[in-house]
Amino acid sequence: MVDQQPHITARDLTIAFGDFVVQRDLNFTINRGDVFIIMGGSGCGKSTLLKAMIGLKHPASGEICYDGEPFWASSEREREDTKRKFGTLFQAGALWSSMTLAENIGLALKQYTDLSDAQIREVAAYKLMLVGLTGFEDYYPSEISGGMKKRAGLARAMALDPEILFFDEPSAGLDPLSAKRLDDLILELRDSLDTTVVVVTHELASIFSIGNNSVFLDPETKTQLATGDPRELRDHHPDLAVRNFLQRGAALGGGATEAIPA
Amino acid sequence: MTAAMLTCRRSDDDSLVITLSGDWLLRGDLPGIDAVLQEMNQPAKPSSIEFSTTDLGSWDTGLLTMLVAVHRSAADQAITVNESGLPEGARGLLTLAFAVKEREGARRTSVKVPFFARVGQTTSEALSSGRELLTFTGEVVLSFYRFATGTATYLRSDLAQHIQEAGAEALPITTLITFLIGMIFAFVGVMQLQQFGAGIYTADLVAIAMVREMAPIMTAILMAGRTGASYAAQIGTMKVNEEIDALTTLGLNPIDFLVTPRVIALLLMMPLLSLYGSAMGILGGMGVGLVMLDVGLMQYVQQTVEAVEQTDLWGGLFKSVVFGSLVAMAGCQQGMACGDSALAVGQSTTKAVVMGIVLIVISASVLTIIYINLDI
Repeated sequence: MVDQQPHITARDLTIAFGDFVVQRDLNFTINRGDVFIIMGGSGCGKSTLLKAMIGLKHPASGEICYDGEPFWASSEREREDTKRKFGTLFQAGALWSSMTLAENIGLALKQYTDLSDAQIREVAAYKLMLVGLTGFEDYYPSEISGGMKKRAGLARAMALDPEILFFDEPSAGLDPLSAKRLDDLILELRDSLDTTVVVVTHELASIFSIGNNSVFLDPETKTQLATGDPRELRDHHPDLAVRNFLQRGAALGGGATEAIPA
Repeated sequence: MTAAMLTCRRSDDDSLVITLSGDWLLRGDLPGIDAVLQEMNQPAKPSSIEFSTTDLGSWDTGLLTMLVAVHRSAADQAITVNESGLPEGARGLLTLAFAVKEREGARRTSVKVPFFARVGQTTSEALSSGRELLTFTGEVVLSFYRFATGTATYLRSDLAQHIQEAGAEALPITTLITFLIGMIFAFVGVMQLQQFGAGIYTADLVAIAMVREMAPIMTAILMAGRTGASYAAQIGTMKVNEEIDALTTLGLNPIDFLVTPRVIALLLMMPLLSLYGSAMGILGGMGVGLVMLDVGLMQYVQQTVEAVEQTDLWGGLFKSVVFGSLVAMAGCQQGMACGDSALAVGQSTTKAVVMGIVLIVISASVLTIIYINLDI
């Protein structure tokens, strides 16, 4: 699996709702095995960018390439095939409420593999073990807590052993220990399965502990201000806004109020 | 892709060595762990389990599910598992999988409920839902009192919105349905009455049927499917999103804020819709009557006007007021009783419509009997 080609590249990507441009001219590359952070202030279009990357929102212009193959320019069929390599964890888990956790995880397996029902259940049980939900196979999403829903959502995202995992605000709503555990899990998955991970977050602790590549979106100029290793950006990036964000406002003198643009 | 293989052998120090080779991928045909279990169950238990993976190709979850199964059975028999022979990634994932102990009592065992227990359960559920409906009715009545005394908090714009949705926006579908019902009645009337040379009485039949019974019932059933369902879905979704809790913490009574405006809207609009529906039905009947019977427009109109008495009209309107409040109450009550998932919203919407229609039919029968006894 050693190839030097970048796993994901965005070229001049512009995303918009009708005439309203959310972000324009985004350019970044993600290598295989990267933990790539999409960060920026609230409302800067992080989640929308994620939607464009996983095929839910057509970009206004530009292209995203997976393994060098253009994603949006390809046919619907090819796009479906590419999407099968993705696993996505949505903000609130987005578990299907009419199915148990095991069925939630098993749906993709049922659809895309020839596994028997018993095997599917075994896989589901194992995925739940990975996220710390051992024994919760027969629970319905409405019977478990928000944090558990999130972890079950992660188990579902991992069902097909995806090459790329997308996370939308994974640690929001989790207690610090669960958030830490999730970070460990992300790194473990990256190390053991060579998974590429794309994370939308603004949790600084997570950004620095797991991220080795990132893009910083700015809601003011509506484009990216920086891309690269978040620790590098924090210490050496020329743009004050980037450093200020990554240092929790310390770059602008520490006052939190000054960090909020008027 | 080479086939996955699993072989067992005993080493010199009596430990069980599991040799894995080939590609252990989920989509491939993976061997089971029967051989391993057999070794473990032998009288001379292996002292430990080791792995040899020098010929192991690529692997994914398929390998891990097998390892988890081996681990579990080994733990049951108190045999130690030496993971050092496994690929590093697999070791990491295994550690992760066993990092959190299974929570006490988390696992479910399915219990088969005996038949009589289920009958009892269903009955007591039905009874308690009846009690809930009664409680809810009481709360709405109290809320009406607060509205009357002006102490209720609600948004006037909300009320106006509900009135528009339940009134003006329901006109097209009401027109279509009642017009066609009028035509159908006229067809039946003409066919039967013409045999006695009494074709002109079709006008009476259509007018009285529409004004007294059909317009109120048809518009009510229409509104149960249209507006009652939407009330249940709206309020149910608000419940799921904790919006109802947010209202309560603000000190706003959700019944005053959400339910009563909707009930009032439907209560006000239903008689108007019914009146309009009657007119449309009579118009539809008139179309058929004029074409199929040998009567003039004026004669038909005259016959209709003479047929309908004021008591018919008031009786019909009163019915539609009753139906309107029942439909709105059923919708809102189911919405408020909604569980907290998308599934629950669907269930309460269904229940709202079914309950609305059942209530309409029951109350229509009761009212008809009362009317007959009162000579209305």
